[in-house]
Amino acid sequence: MSKPKVAFYWCASCGGCEETVVDLAEDILGVVEKVDIVLWPVAMDFKYKDIEAMPDKSITATFLNGAIRSTEQEEMARMLRRKSVFLIAYGACAHTGGIPALANQFPREQILKFNYEDAPTLVPGEKTRPQLSCTEDGRTVTLPQLHNVVRALDQVVDVDYYVPGCPPTPKITRAAVDALLSGNLPPKGTVIGPDHALCEECERKDTKPDKWDFVEFKRPHQKLMDEKCFLAQGVVCMGPATRAGCEAACTSGGMPCTGCFGGTSRVRDQGAKILSSICSNLAAKEEDEIDKTLAGIPDPVGTFYRYGLAKSILRRKLNLPSNP
Amino acid sequence: MSNEWQPRIVAFFCNWCTYTAADLAGVSRLKYASNTRVIRLMCSGRVDPQFILDALAKGADAVLIGGCHPFDCHYAEGNYKCLRRFQLLKRMLMDMGIEAGRLRLEWISAAEGEKVKRVINELTETVRQLGPLGIPQQFAEWDKEMEQFAAHVEAGEALKTPCAEHAPTQEPAHV
Repeated sequence: MSKPKVAFYWCASCGGCEETVVDLAEDILGVVEKVDIVLWPVAMDFKYKDIEAMPDKSITATFLNGAIRSTEQEEMARMLRRKSVFLIAYGACAHTGGIPALANQFPREQILKFNYEDAPTLVPGEKTRPQLSCTEDGRTVTLPQLHNVVRALDQVVDVDYYVPGCPPTPKITRAAVDALLSGNLPPKGTVIGPDHALCEECERKDTKPDKWDFVEFKRPHQKLMDEKCFLAQGVVCMGPATRAGCEAACTSGGMPCTGCFGGTSRVRDQGAKILSSICSNLAAKEEDEIDKTLAGIPDPVGTFYRYGLAKSILRRKLNLPSNP
Repeated sequence: MSNEWQPRIVAFFCNWCTYTAADLAGVSRLKYASNTRVIRLMCSGRVDPQFILDALAKGADAVLIGGCHPFDCHYAEGNYKCLRRFQLLKRMLMDMGIEAGRLRLEWISAAEGEKVKRVINELTETVRQLGPLGIPQQFAEWDKEMEQFAAHVEAGEALKTPCAEHAPTQEPAHV
């Protein structure tokens, strides 16, 4: 019997998810023994046309990381969907949009203008923008186009499983790979990982009070050395609205949770949930006092939807052009 | 019925005060704009911000929350929880491009049938001035860029030729 075929692909991502696959360390050898890797652009040289030539459903599983932000990424997502039995959204960007989805607060034109014309690190006055197509010496080369909207993978194609995290931990990755290799598969649509809040596995849990009674919010660096529950100290921590499974990597490392695992299965909108939880625990009862306390959260969208804006209920800032 | 656009407002009223006030407005035969769909909850503290976002995303033009006056909540604290969430949610909605006028919180006691009438009429007028919010239409509009490209890919042309929208051109691509 031939070995199952596996593909790894990246879209709008930073490369951290690829790093996690490498972080499987010796375990990756066990995986490589059992599967044939047919596509892995970060590590191995395969051509897209070879994948295109494969029969549909001939890849057992594709691990796709990164959000879908350009025509090329969308095209590859569609092709890999066709070629794969299981398509796995790997990492926060593919799962919920991730950091790239924060771009859903800005028009495409503004992003391009800043990055290619106004950024202080550019050569002044050059204003070179990428062209979709360019002909030189009779040869035409093309570039993908940026979409207006950044999307999570399942907003483009059907997704079988989700591996959460920015990046997913080696443990969660191993659990996903083991499930696939053993054929002991959870129901379609499952997010690999526990289905309870991060606080459950946080080592600071014992110092979490019944009521927080926030009077002011502090920045993490003002409270880094204290061992108590971050929220008890007035530091915004996404733990109560975030899925466990990372073994509380950030909170045990002295930083509050920023929510990369997304919500649990009962949460439809992670940002709305943490907003609800934090606000209801304010000490203030008068509008002015409430606003004064809440001024300590200057950017609620960026704080509460750091990894999940694409999959939030509103998805994108509403008054942006869809075709500038 | 005319086909003219009418504001569509979702209202979350607490069982003990505002819903009872709406009942009072009814038995008192008060007439007010019929644009509001009332959903009864036990307490304004039960209004999950997800409900509000969901209502807007599914086509509501505005959301109204009605609860008991301060010091009057049947569950002692629910209305304060609601007020705190409301303050930040309103700011967040503005950051997401939704006008502040589309979310309103009012304390209406069981005796204030008149206030139900006034608030609903006022909000209906505000929303009429603001116009439709139209989030479902906006979602459809956003996804057009994908549908067009998907059709192009499904036709198997993407690897061979750029699609019409991305056809070779000497124009700057991103302007």
